[in-house]
Amino acid sequence: MKLSTLFRHFREGLKNVVRNGWMTFASVSSIVISLFILGVFLLLAMNVNKLADQIESQVQIRVYLQLNTPAAKIDELKTAIGNIAEVKKVTFVSKEQGLEELRKSIGADGTELLEGYDKTNNPLPDSFTVDVFDPQNIAYAAKKIDAIGSADGTKPFSSVKYGKGTVETLFKITNAVRNIGLVIVAGLGLTAMFLISNTIKMTILARRREIGIMKLVGATNNFIRWPFFIEGALIGILGSGITIAALLFGYSQLVEASQFDLGLMMIKLVTLKDAGLTVSAITLGLGMLIGIWGSTLSVRKYLKV
Amino acid sequence: MIELQDIWKTYADGTHALRGVSVLIERNEFVYLVGPSGAGKSTFMKLIYREEIPTKGQISVNGFNIGKLKPRKIPFVRRNIGVIFQDYRLLPKLTVFENIAFAMEVIEAPKRIIKKRTMEVLELVGLRGKHGSLPQQLSGGEQQRVAIARAIVNNPSVIVADEPTGNLDPETSWGIMNLLEEINFRGTTIVMATHNKEIVNTLRKRVIAIENGTIVRDEVRGEYGYEA
Repeated sequence: MKLSTLFRHFREGLKNVVRNGWMTFASVSSIVISLFILGVFLLLAMNVNKLADQIESQVQIRVYLQLNTPAAKIDELKTAIGNIAEVKKVTFVSKEQGLEELRKSIGADGTELLEGYDKTNNPLPDSFTVDVFDPQNIAYAAKKIDAIGSADGTKPFSSVKYGKGTVETLFKITNAVRNIGLVIVAGLGLTAMFLISNTIKMTILARRREIGIMKLVGATNNFIRWPFFIEGALIGILGSGITIAALLFGYSQLVEASQFDLGLMMIKLVTLKDAGLTVSAITLGLGMLIGIWGSTLSVRKYLKV
Repeated sequence: MIELQDIWKTYADGTHALRGVSVLIERNEFVYLVGPSGAGKSTFMKLIYREEIPTKGQISVNGFNIGKLKPRKIPFVRRNIGVIFQDYRLLPKLTVFENIAFAMEVIEAPKRIIKKRTMEVLELVGLRGKHGSLPQQLSGGEQQRVAIARAIVNNPSVIVADEPTGNLDPETSWGIMNLLEEINFRGTTIVMATHNKEIVNTLRKRVIAIENGTIVRDEVRGEYGYEA
């Protein structure tokens, strides 16, 4: 293909967008509407995902040491736990700190309950809190920690707890939420593709005659296809551009507003910067793909004349 | 040169459009195709520009075996055949100039030459002043002139015209016929299907009459032979 022909195809594609004004409008609006809905769900899914991550990351393992474990042994055990691959962080909680924490978590109602306990008669053991890299591996990590010292028969820990049962349920819920989000987004994506390609198909149906004439004067299939290809891409870019602008503007407003309202509930939205890039890339990619796919597929049908 | 050898054409619905047609049309001939509606005239023409392929038999146009043509070669054969229809078939959103230039863009002619040649044929069909108009702003005769200009812009060796005067009043029809004769005079073979008795009987040319898919008459300077 000559370079001048390529330019001609671009010019022609651009002209077609303008010439078929109403058809372009129909295609672009169906892209905007579908992708906008998709984008809203995508943002929602990203935030739910982040929320799930936040909740999961709060899951910790609590390792209680045997009473009166000497300080040297404690250091040794801390290192041993820290050496486990899944473990991210080990924090030592002395029994004094433990009592303090307990007081705090029981609150005002329980002050009586813990009355009389102080440094000298603290019944609590020393302990570690352990954070893991992937909360989903917490049960496995807990098992490994429990196994420390079992080789030489010394049982250094009185118990290793991670909220067995509760944690599993929590993960079931967060995973379900994630999967549902994924299914909705994928489903919407597919629906959008069909809706949009159908609209584009209709616009090309109206131009069947045009394609017939092109063939008659001896245009090769590629020659006919190119302007449609470019037109489809332009419609896709136009549609996703409008969608991205609307989504980002809406989301920035939401993030700003949420800092006061949702912020009190300790919920942090995904930042505009993080969400914007992903959503823009997906929307633009999908928009162009759909535009091109819709137009070339429909042209192909009429090329077999 | 167009040569049909024992051409049969049966459509998918079982219609036998042509039954054993053999004919030779020499370079630079002017041929009228006459006969009742549905006799097979349109099929005859569609075979020439490879819109249809024969069920049986061989057809060659300018030395190309049309029936055996590979799909990707079709466009290149069509560039040497100009086609004109009763309903003009112009692109409604393109100007007169663009409609004609389009046929040259397709063969990737340089822009400068496209412009020169397009204005040249517009001059020939007498529409130089209308190059910026849209088809809908023109009369039927003018639209047919644009279609003719588009058909000849690439200097095809053959022009196939399917009832080119079918939608036009007598006076306009004569204008179109003069134009076709002029094009024929310049060296282009013309095959024209028509129902216009007056034209066939006045502007005497070779007449091929088709009935029920077979050639019933082929005369060098024939007459229409049917009641109009």
